[in-house]
Amino acid sequence: MKLTGVHSVLWDGERLAEGRYRMQGEDGHIADELFKKVRILCWVMTGPSNLQSKARHVKATWSRHCNIVLFMSSEEDRSFPTVGLGTGEGRDQLYWKTIRAFHYALKNHGDEADWFLKTDDDTFIVVDNLRWILSNYTAEQPIYFGKRFKPYAKQGYMSGGAGYVLSKEALRRFVEGFSTKVCTHTTSVEDLAMGQCLEKMGVVAGDSRDTLHRETFHPFIPEHHLTGKFSKTFWYWNYCYYPIVEGPQCCSDLAVSFHYVDPVLMYTLEYYTYRLRPYGYQHRYQPPVPAVLSLASHTGKPTTEAQRLDDRVKEKSVSTNTMNPRAEKVKTTGTTYHKVTNAAQGRNITDRITA
Amino acid sequence: MILGGIFCLVISLFETFNSGTHSEGHEHLHHHLKPLSKDELQKLSLSQMSDLALQVQVYCLIMVTPRLLLHWATANDTWSKHCDKSVFYTSESSKALEAFDLQEQDEWVRIRKAIKHAYENAGDLRWFFLARPTTFAIIENLKYLVLDKDPSQPFYIGHTEKSGELDYVEYDSGIVLSYEAMRRLIEMFKDEDKCPERGHALWKMPEEKQLATCLKYSGVFAENGEDAQGKSLFNKKSVSTLISDSMGQNPADVVEACCSDMAITFGGMNPSQIQVLMYGVYRLRPYGHDFQDSLTFLPPKDSDND
Repeated sequence: MKLTGVHSVLWDGERLAEGRYRMQGEDGHIADELFKKVRILCWVMTGPSNLQSKARHVKATWSRHCNIVLFMSSEEDRSFPTVGLGTGEGRDQLYWKTIRAFHYALKNHGDEADWFLKTDDDTFIVVDNLRWILSNYTAEQPIYFGKRFKPYAKQGYMSGGAGYVLSKEALRRFVEGFSTKVCTHTTSVEDLAMGQCLEKMGVVAGDSRDTLHRETFHPFIPEHHLTGKFSKTFWYWNYCYYPIVEGPQCCSDLAVSFHYVDPVLMYTLEYYTYRLRPYGYQHRYQPPVPAVLSLASHTGKPTTEAQRLDDRVKEKSVSTNTMNPRAEKVKTTGTTYHKVTNAAQGRNITDRITA
Repeated sequence: MILGGIFCLVISLFETFNSGTHSEGHEHLHHHLKPLSKDELQKLSLSQMSDLALQVQVYCLIMVTPRLLLHWATANDTWSKHCDKSVFYTSESSKALEAFDLQEQDEWVRIRKAIKHAYENAGDLRWFFLARPTTFAIIENLKYLVLDKDPSQPFYIGHTEKSGELDYVEYDSGIVLSYEAMRRLIEMFKDEDKCPERGHALWKMPEEKQLATCLKYSGVFAENGEDAQGKSLFNKKSVSTLISDSMGQNPADVVEACCSDMAITFGGMNPSQIQVLMYGVYRLRPYGHDFQDSLTFLPPKDSDND
């Protein structure tokens, strides 16, 4: 197997500092800790004719948040830069490209990452949220995550377009499968073939949903999941491993991926995720802090964002009501000062660490 | 007929010259209005902060018609839930949705009536946001903008444009009025010469300019809402249009150059895009980034899309 060129984009510490935007007054120390503890190599499936029309916008947006990003093409392009896989282009080459890309990643960057993510050049990823999910697992576990489909494989397989991520051990077993011929190029349907090989090699298909069982990897754009009504005859209904939820609960607040994202939407989602925010808003969903973080190890138990907020208020004052002391007196619809209880917030925090 | 036309032209020119007088200069110091900086916010004591938190409650006046039913329903289902009080004022009633029925076809007349009604029913609320349902507003960011502004002073804020001598706030990106501005405006409504209810059919000004004129007569001037970097907080274009524009003008730095992190309004979006914006604003976020904002706004009751 001959690969043309070993060119890759390595985001060193300094360039990373530029690429990873910090909002004004933002405390990103938890995200920074996860960046160090959950190292993700992202590789993007692209091709020569897509570099300027699609891959360029991936490069300008979400891929900057990866520890390492590689753009995989049939041909090497030193200026973009892309890795040349020595294949052709087209749908029938997808599995070949995938096989070679994963082999390349393990061989050249196996020591620099814990997790290996594959996406298309029209996939949008929120890398920080992927770290949150993966932080509950280790790179030594043979496991992979994505949007889980059920047919064709006993434990199902992960949708290619929505992106999927392998632990280092899963990647090792994938490569081993090929070297021992347990896995071969069976079909060009890349995601299905991946799923079947990984299953043979004893890699577990993980559950990527959040603690409220909401999907994080999405095979379509946000609009379709949030507002679309999928026709009952649409193949999607028969494919999804977990029950489909239409409307706002389709999607986790900590979504990881969307697919079929055009360039305008790519920048729009980057803006929505990393920039635009409602000042002071206490989010309804308070995800638990993963145990792997030092914060949790100090207190000895998992804490939520809301609890940390309460702690901070308590530091400053005696009562947590001090900020809005007369809030209860305001009785109008839609008031922003309702005292929302856990029940009303719909919190159902299960301890992900023990899951 | 030509003489009549010239006559009308002369009259309107005459009115333009007369409306040019400014009253107190000190009220017109800031044409550009920005929020408090984080440093300034941190200097406030906790009790000052809680006073301000109460002071910034917002009454939303949403001007609807049955023709805009989809947007009306969407506003009802999304951003309006974050107002402390939101009232939909309609031209005529609809079986599908509840609203305060003004039974009036002229939008300027409807705005006048809605303003009067809102002022009389404000209770403790001191800030007013006037918009069509085709505008999406992030009320928390509106509160952040006016947090340190005294509503017993006249404020008239939004995206400002200039028409001759008149600075006005664009309707399509939403109009913010303080309690005092409302009071003065309602007083000026009584003056049929300066602030007519049904103007001359021949010279019908858009509502936004009529509003600006009436306010100007009462010594209230339009101010442009901006963030610390000078980016406009009020936008009549959709997010995707602004992003597209930025891709053309600033391809190396599309998002940075495009729009404010603390934007308040966007316009021109269809109902599906608004649902996505709702998710993008209130839910979608990257794990591990804390802000330690000086105020806390809780999510509204009986809602699951925020």
